[in-house]
Amino acid sequence: MSDQTIVSLAALVALAGLMAYAVFGGADFGGGVWSLFATGPRKELQRRAVAEAMGPVWEVNHVWLIFVIVVLFTCFPRGFGALVTGLFVPLHLVLVGIILRGAAFVFRGYGPSPAASENARASGHYARWGTIFGIASVISPLLLGAAFGALTAGEIRVDPAGRVRSASPVPWLHVYPISCGLLALSTCAYLAAVFLVVETTGQLQEDFRRRAIFAGTATASLALFTLVAARMEAKWFFDQLTAPMVWPVIAAGMIAFAGSAVAVFARWNYAARWFAGAQTVLMLLGWGMAHRQYLIYPDIPLAAAAGPRETIVFLLISLVPGATLLIPALWLLFRTFKSPSARTMHS
Amino acid sequence: MLTAIPSLLGNSSLLPSRLQMAVTLAFHITFAAVGIGLPLLMVISERLYLRTGKVHYRSLAQKWSKATAVLFAIGAVSGTALSFELGLLWPRYMQITGAAVGHLFGLEGFAFFLEAIFLGLYIYGWDRLPPKGHFWCGVAIAFFGALSGWLVLGVNAWMQLPVGVQLDSAGNVTSVNPFAIFRTYAWFTMALHSTLACYIAVSFAVAAVYAAGYLKGRRDDYHRFAIRIAMTVGTVVALLQPISGDLIAKFVYRTQPAKFAAMEAHFETSRYAPAFIGGIPDVDSGTVRFAIPLPGVLSFLATGDPSSEIKGLNDIDRSLWPNVALVHVSFQIMVGLGVVLMILGIWFALATWRAGAGALDSQRLLRAIVLCGPAGFIALQAGWIVTECGRQPWVINGILKTAEGVTPYPHVWPVFIGFSALFVVLSITTIGLLRYLARSPVGSGKQE
Ligand code: HDD
Ligand code: HEM
Ligand code: HEM
Repeated sequence: MSDQTIVSLAALVALAGLMAYAVFGGADFGGGVWSLFATGPRKELQRRAVAEAMGPVWEVNHVWLIFVIVVLFTCFPRGFGALVTGLFVPLHLVLVGIILRGAAFVFRGYGPSPAASENARASGHYARWGTIFGIASVISPLLLGAAFGALTAGEIRVDPAGRVRSASPVPWLHVYPISCGLLALSTCAYLAAVFLVVETTGQLQEDFRRRAIFAGTATASLALFTLVAARMEAKWFFDQLTAPMVWPVIAAGMIAFAGSAVAVFARWNYAARWFAGAQTVLMLLGWGMAHRQYLIYPDIPLAAAAGPRETIVFLLISLVPGATLLIPALWLLFRTFKSPSARTMHS
Repeated sequence: MLTAIPSLLGNSSLLPSRLQMAVTLAFHITFAAVGIGLPLLMVISERLYLRTGKVHYRSLAQKWSKATAVLFAIGAVSGTALSFELGLLWPRYMQITGAAVGHLFGLEGFAFFLEAIFLGLYIYGWDRLPPKGHFWCGVAIAFFGALSGWLVLGVNAWMQLPVGVQLDSAGNVTSVNPFAIFRTYAWFTMALHSTLACYIAVSFAVAAVYAAGYLKGRRDDYHRFAIRIAMTVGTVVALLQPISGDLIAKFVYRTQPAKFAAMEAHFETSRYAPAFIGGIPDVDSGTVRFAIPLPGVLSFLATGDPSSEIKGLNDIDRSLWPNVALVHVSFQIMVGLGVVLMILGIWFALATWRAGAGALDSQRLLRAIVLCGPAGFIALQAGWIVTECGRQPWVINGILKTAEGVTPYPHVWPVFIGFSALFVVLSITTIGLLRYLARSPVGSGKQE
């Protein structure tokens, strides 16, 4: 295989990891968002539904992020340093968010809950970590999305000597990066709401259905807005998105999105779940195809960032036995906790 | 830790980056050790339940699975912090390490996945899985936890002995043999020693918790079983640990003479070199104060021959010395506590052999167990200080100096302060939560 093919495969693997993180990890962040914005008479029930849905799977979903990082620094070591140096501040903030989100989730879940013991300290603990869990779930996808935006907009520049600087003082605080962040956030919220509709019944299900419709509308509007912002601030990327190879993928993503919206309205809950997942995957595929030449636009093309061939080949080959173990295990996990029969057994 | 003060002044991000790394790693290893050690005790207990049907064993396994769930989550988020930090704070280091041994992190990723999957199944599956299946999920957690530790140790072993990589004059990796690290003996010995260390740290700490309860009058089977499981595992492993420690010491002697000499505060090159018990090295005069020398022992430990000549620090370029006092004292703490835990284990074994379950009637034994609760964790941290600070001034031995690896980003102090504060809050909350879990009755094992 040519070096070119191997580098593309490695990039594809990183992208696949990113897709899995976006769908599964994204839904967990979205769950945190709905936990923060739980309202109405079934406020506590909503929070509990989120906690039950996330409980057995969130740690696994989180590992996808580690996977992406590992693939990046193993296969693209020459660009990874510049990438993270250029995004030093937002990535640290994302990191704080990720740490607090995970910690707060277990602190709330395993600590004294107001239901079990009535004392004020217990409900203080529960409320405090619940709020932190929610806020951290909002911050992380928002800033990760903004960091992505800054990257695509070409805000990170690397000079020939390898020194990194940003094109503007706070590269992630522009219209396009911020709209990317908001889009990431609303996509997470949408995925979570659609998934939670499947996992709940009755009035609670209606609550999440309303949330899905709200978040879906927001996601559609933000997606359009982000396109316009890309046209203004990341022209090269917009041109790539509308190139002949790429736009059909984006269009397919939009169709999947429309499909999920129809399914939500029609109460085809399982179909909605699949469509919403497909939508996210297709949109990221479109992003990846548009970005395929570069790790960091415009200074670090993928090929220049790639490390030695032997390590990449080792990593790619190790995916085969890795996946052989992983896929049945994941299947077992999701079948045990997420299949229709698991749900009826539980209730 | 401040081995390279002069070079620190030149680069304002170096000191906070090193401190940040030290704090994050020390924080992570505490939870990672629990993630490796506690599942072992948990499955032993569940196995005993399946064999004997005694419900206390099941309650213990459930209690420990809850503690594992909390501690694993903190371990996972702090590990995530590390995988970001390696790139954020040490971009040059990561450029070389990623190219050379990133594939080990890749394999570790699969171990993380599998560990997390079986943890989810185990913790939430008490009522959903058949008992045997549930037990095997526990075994899988213990196995994949140990495997993930084992794999990351490959990276650390490579930092001590960077094999299989070629660099050009600009410091870019030009070619790699990804298999070279698998053939090193260093990896095996370090991973073995470190995995055993995790079992030691967790076992004695768990034994201490239940011994404290026993002393307070909770003299029931539940506490007795817990102490017996934890002390048995701890004793067996503590007896094995010096063997693996000796293997590592010989490896360090062969590959990192400066570190070895610093560990032993060995200044003058000599035959029949002495090992010291205790002692504070005085770097300026090249002497060790308040130490008991054991002549010839160091030569023997390093090579198996008491008359062999051991290179001293004075024959090594001063700029390549690590912080001798720190490394020597940490080494003494690790070995000293290892010996203490061995003695405690033997004491427990003899008492049990003589008096059976009555062994726990001895207040003195119980108090000793409680007192030694933190010893394993302290030894673990001390050992890592030996390894990591002893490697200075290199981050990748012989290839990259720590000062050259650090980020050009100038404002690392706020990051260090912020993260340290965060870790303090998380530690306090975790301790409070564990105390709460210890008090609360064991339910059906279902989580809310
Ligand atoms: C419970 C903890 C514990 C205990 C009781 C011991 N160790 Fe240890 N030791 C560690 C925990 C540890 C560790 C996990 O912290 C280290 C750091 C790196 C590693 O692989 O293991 C370590 C490193 C380490 C090193 C340095 C390796 C390097 O720098 O590359 C040596 C030479 C020893 N040990 C030797 C011993 C000996 C002779 C012991 C005799 C009792 C001993 N250790 C007990
Ligand atoms: C988990 C147990 C570990 C502990 C407690 C630990 C401890 C430390 C300490 C105290 C330092 C600061 C040393 C100094 O600057 O003087 C350090 C630095 C560092 N460690 Fe570790 N370490 C551990 C494992 C690892 C592993 C497994 C890796 C590799 C993957 C690693 C990579 C590094 C790096 C890159 C630095 C910064 C550069 C340097 O100071 O040399 N550490 N660690
Ligand atoms: C000797 C040192 C280390 C040991 C023994 C160790 C072991 C472990 C274990 C057992 C876990 C599972 C979580 C838990 O049990 O709490 C874990 C998690 C993790 N570790 Fe470490 N680790 C070490 C050092 C490092 C270093 C240097 C890194 C940085 C790259 C790292 C990255 C991670 C990550 C990313 C996770 C999270 C995985 C997840 O989400 O499940 N670890 N580690």
